[in-house]
Amino acid sequence: MKVTIDGIEIDVPKGTTILQAARMIGPEVAPPTMCYYSKLKTSGGYCRTCIVKVTQGSTANPNPMPKPVASCRTEVMDGMVVQNVTSPEVLEARKGVVEFLLMNHPLDCPVCDQAGECNLQDLGYGHGAVTTRYEFERREFEPIDIGDKIKLHMTRCIMCFRCVKTAEQITDGRVHGVINRGDAAEISTYIEQAIDNDFSGNVIDVCPVGALTDKTFRFKQRVWFTKPMDAHRDCENPKCTGKTRVWLKGDEILRVTARKDQWDEVEDFICNTCRYDKKKKSDWVIEGPTQVNRHSVIAQNHYNHLNNLKVQVMKQQKALGFMDYNKQP
Amino acid sequence: MQLTNRRKVVSDKKQTVMEQLYLPGLLKGMLITGSHLFKKRATVDYPDEKRPIAPIYRGLHVLKRDDNGAERCTSCGMCAVACPAEAITMESGERKKGEEHLYREEKYAKIYEINMLRCIFCGLCEEACPKEAIFLTDRLVDAEYERDDFIYGKDKLVEKMDQRIDVTKRQTPEVLEFKKIKGLKHNELHDPKKLKDKH
Repeated sequence: MKVTIDGIEIDVPKGTTILQAARMIGPEVAPPTMCYYSKLKTSGGYCRTCIVKVTQGSTANPNPMPKPVASCRTEVMDGMVVQNVTSPEVLEARKGVVEFLLMNHPLDCPVCDQAGECNLQDLGYGHGAVTTRYEFERREFEPIDIGDKIKLHMTRCIMCFRCVKTAEQITDGRVHGVINRGDAAEISTYIEQAIDNDFSGNVIDVCPVGALTDKTFRFKQRVWFTKPMDAHRDCENPKCTGKTRVWLKGDEILRVTARKDQWDEVEDFICNTCRYDKKKKSDWVIEGPTQVNRHSVIAQNHYNHLNNLKVQVMKQQKALGFMDYNKQP
Repeated sequence: MQLTNRRKVVSDKKQTVMEQLYLPGLLKGMLITGSHLFKKRATVDYPDEKRPIAPIYRGLHVLKRDDNGAERCTSCGMCAVACPAEAITMESGERKKGEEHLYREEKYAKIYEINMLRCIFCGLCEEACPKEAIFLTDRLVDAEYERDDFIYGKDKLVEKMDQRIDVTKRQTPEVLEFKKIKGLKHNELHDPKKLKDKH
């Protein structure tokens, strides 16, 4: 099926959503997502961040769709023409969505552990308005402990349902759901019941904001002062690949997370043993520094590119037959 | 290659009688020296007398408390990431119940250190601070005997409630306004023509 997104044509199989097609083209045209997660079934459709304009429904019916559609839930038709960043209407509507998402979200980024890797921060910076128009009181909750390893800040939650889908699909037997409706809806375990499953820690990684955070990493360091490294170990758990990202400060492993791809989604879900219990450097085989987007705050003060430069210069020197400066006489 | 037109070629030509006497040259020098006795002095007796400094002088930092005496700093790390000299380090702690009068927010700086030998007093930490906690003041960094003593911890940086430090000169309405609005330039790379060329 041929679909045109922002003037770029692509051939996709039947059943692909507009969002998936846009992601196939590249990050410049892919709409941002807050609730959609390609690794979780039936996710998406809640946050409306990924809305796009369909200017031509299909070759058979070239009429435009009456209003912006959620690209994560709309399948492509043959000959569909979609506008994302090229449509001022979409950008304006998305700005409104961001404003709604931020309506109840507290401005506690200086305190929040997610700051620096928060999807809502990126979204707000890229699409949001500078000031708020909201005049009423934001809803507030006390932080709750979910088990002894996860902290839930319900105030920061944007109701994306990703953690609920993770609890449903990755762990067996869900104890983690949503209670109440509408404005009063909140994520909860039934009577603050602990999640005992081996994969429960993944709700931290899928959370786009700082609502679910790792208690073992709580207030330890800002993420941009730690150094992410790709590492692996032989995990006893057959479902866990043991491929993770460790965040170091000096020689100390402060936290372990799953590896994330360019859409900020985990590559493999990891087990709780890898995440919480293996905090010694000797537990891991470290593969090398993670490639961080240089625009990310996490890339601040990391001089990986200088290391590459040094290697290049040394190679050149060797090729030209210069003396090895690194060797002490 | 001639770099300057004030070059003089050194020669060993014989001195004249006047030059051989030395006295006229000596007197000329003494006259210049003597004339300085009656001129205005260029120096001041520093500890007793101080030169006026600019109202926005950037000297020793202060970590402010709010009016209730609680520390404003929440250890967000913005100052440390803005610091071009990488002089600031910190460690965060979690506020316990009953410490609300000591720290403003849930998180606070347990350790906050500025290496005054690294610091270049540019004031970017002050600009980055979202909590109006750190300010540069008109005070100077003292001389020390040991290099370690230049690493200032919270004991030296946090202001004492009985001797508060005035920062109103650096916290003018213009500054507050500047800190509030950061023009966000978004969607400027989204030129459809550019995108088409790329793919």
